[in-house]
Amino acid sequence: MTLPLLLLQLLNGVEYGLLLFLVASGLTLIFGVLGVLNFAHGSFYMLGAYLAYWLGERTGSLAAAVAIGVPLMFAVGFVVERLAISRLYGRDHLSQLLLTYGLVLLFNELQRALFGNDVHGVPTPRALAFGLPLGELQAWPAYRAFTCVACLAVAAATRHVLLRTRFGMRVRAGAVNPEIVEALGIDVRRLLSILFSAGTALAALAGILAAPLTTAYPGMGEGVLIVSFVVVVIGGIGSVKGAFFGALLVGLADTLGKVLFPGVSSAMVYAVMAAVLLWRPRGLFGQPAEAR
Amino acid sequence: MSRQIFSRRALLAGTGVAAASALLPRRVFAASKAKIRIGLLLPYSGTYAALGNNITDAMKLAARELDNKLGGREIEWIAVDDESDPAKAPANVNKLVVGEKVDVLTGPVHSGVAMAMMQIVRQEKTLTIVTNAGAQAVTGQLCAPNVFRTSFSNWQTSYPCADVVLKDGKKKAVLMFWNYSFGQESMAAFKEGFTKGGGTIVKEIPVPFPSTEFQAQLSEIAALKPDAVFVFFAGAGAAKFVKDFADAGLKDKIALYGSGFLTEGVLRAQGAAAEGIKTTLHYADTLDTPANHKFRDAFKKATSREADVYAVAGYDTVHLLANALGKVKGDTGAQKELIAALESAHVDSPRGPFRFSKAHNPVQNVYVRQVKNGKEIVLGVAQKDAEDPAFGCQMAT
Repeated sequence: MTLPLLLLQLLNGVEYGLLLFLVASGLTLIFGVLGVLNFAHGSFYMLGAYLAYWLGERTGSLAAAVAIGVPLMFAVGFVVERLAISRLYGRDHLSQLLLTYGLVLLFNELQRALFGNDVHGVPTPRALAFGLPLGELQAWPAYRAFTCVACLAVAAATRHVLLRTRFGMRVRAGAVNPEIVEALGIDVRRLLSILFSAGTALAALAGILAAPLTTAYPGMGEGVLIVSFVVVVIGGIGSVKGAFFGALLVGLADTLGKVLFPGVSSAMVYAVMAAVLLWRPRGLFGQPAEAR
Repeated sequence: MSRQIFSRRALLAGTGVAAASALLPRRVFAASKAKIRIGLLLPYSGTYAALGNNITDAMKLAARELDNKLGGREIEWIAVDDESDPAKAPANVNKLVVGEKVDVLTGPVHSGVAMAMMQIVRQEKTLTIVTNAGAQAVTGQLCAPNVFRTSFSNWQTSYPCADVVLKDGKKKAVLMFWNYSFGQESMAAFKEGFTKGGGTIVKEIPVPFPSTEFQAQLSEIAALKPDAVFVFFAGAGAAKFVKDFADAGLKDKIALYGSGFLTEGVLRAQGAAAEGIKTTLHYADTLDTPANHKFRDAFKKATSREADVYAVAGYDTVHLLANALGKVKGDTGAQKELIAALESAHVDSPRGPFRFSKAHNPVQNVYVRQVKNGKEIVLGVAQKDAEDPAFGCQMAT
């Protein structure tokens, strides 16, 4: 492989990784702070993609889909948390799996009823529908570059909120010791509701942004969920920083695996996960359970 | 782990009916004109869900045209979601064949599922009609008297395309495909025709099924600079690949070819990215024959969706069964006569007329199609009465 091709492949890997981060960050936050194993997270991604199709078709703009879709999914997240997820706090993982898997089935049926089983293309925003020439033959779609920037911006914003704001401080405190936080007069339940809704909105945002690249199709949420779990495990459960580097690692492993070992590329991601866990059993940035 | 862990509807229905049917004596229905039980082993979830639904709806459409009767017996449908998962296929097939004791088994879409199905129906001797899966072995190494196919073999969809590519003056091709039996066989058939005609395969790029992240492979193709790329993807994967190929700036520089599944049913999702792509298949939406117009209008009316090649196979299956079962007066126990009736059938299908080869695969025209203004235009016949070579089939020799 020539050097320019290698660089191009690294770029492809980073781009895929950044998109994964958007989904995985919500998943890891919900697991880390709420202690809930949320299988329905992929469904929110799927609903985001279908909203991008549905709203995009009606408004003619992806920006409008983001503006309407993200608050809408925040509200959906809020309702789901109040009705279902809030009953899971402190329960074992089996109950969590049963309920959230039930939600997956529910959301899949909802998608079938609302949008049908067809594959829906989502047009790239016109302003970004051009290629950035890379090398003499290939072009890199400007929209892919845009999603990279958008994902980085979201990553920076998430980091800022968690580390530099009062809300973030409470979330972190609530994750370590909810009783003390409650005793200090902070409504932890509300905190958790908002956090879950935000995670849902993040997944939906990822779905909306990804829709022009992936198209919207049945079952897309499940595919992304599995990889996101790998990302979360590699990064260390509950660590957003871990999710970021985990996502990049998975993106790169997947891309280079496809180029170097095309026959077994689907195993590459899991091989990397196994290697990371052998080296650091709690993941890259995982904390021992007592410290969380 | 997150794809449906098991098909809960199927399981519930399966166990319930299995329990009930265990109490009933077998083979009373031939005399008493009990309902004829048609098993549908099709994907209703996952990547190929839309295909499974179209096949099902077309079968039901054909049944309605026949007053829901085959050989004088009312039809009872028993559907199982196979999830396009070969690992779950043996259990799903057994549910229908052993549990439900279906009279005729139809399906599946996925070739891997078909292979698992073959192992079981060869033993159980269930009359089986394959409504989509193109695995060579179904009418090749594993061919069986009780198994027919109304769709196509992988060879038929890809071998004729090699000639089309060569005639366009393209001599260097890259192959890219979902790495399961369908993709592999499709590639092998194309390669056979292409190298025979003097072309060279520059590289073969397998992609794990059902991955739809193609960016890395597209970069590689851009670096290889072939004259043509021949691919196998279907459904959501096909929609995404064609878009990615165009987005990567390769569309006007490297010619893209494929078996017809590249554009079938996903043209709208692909939009402008699909313009100009040439594919070969035994059917095209725009085929200008009375049978095709009639079928498409009826399908549209029944489902408010456009029919496609998958629906055609489902539609033909039921009409074929009606014809053959009519000859044996609905007695599914008379399997020998039933098979003879199927073997001698001439089907006036929406795709054009076809008959069965000795290996029970359709002998049918394969068309060259091209996407123009968002429509699949028929350019001509790539291969007339294309007959699958039926490698390794005892019945064909």
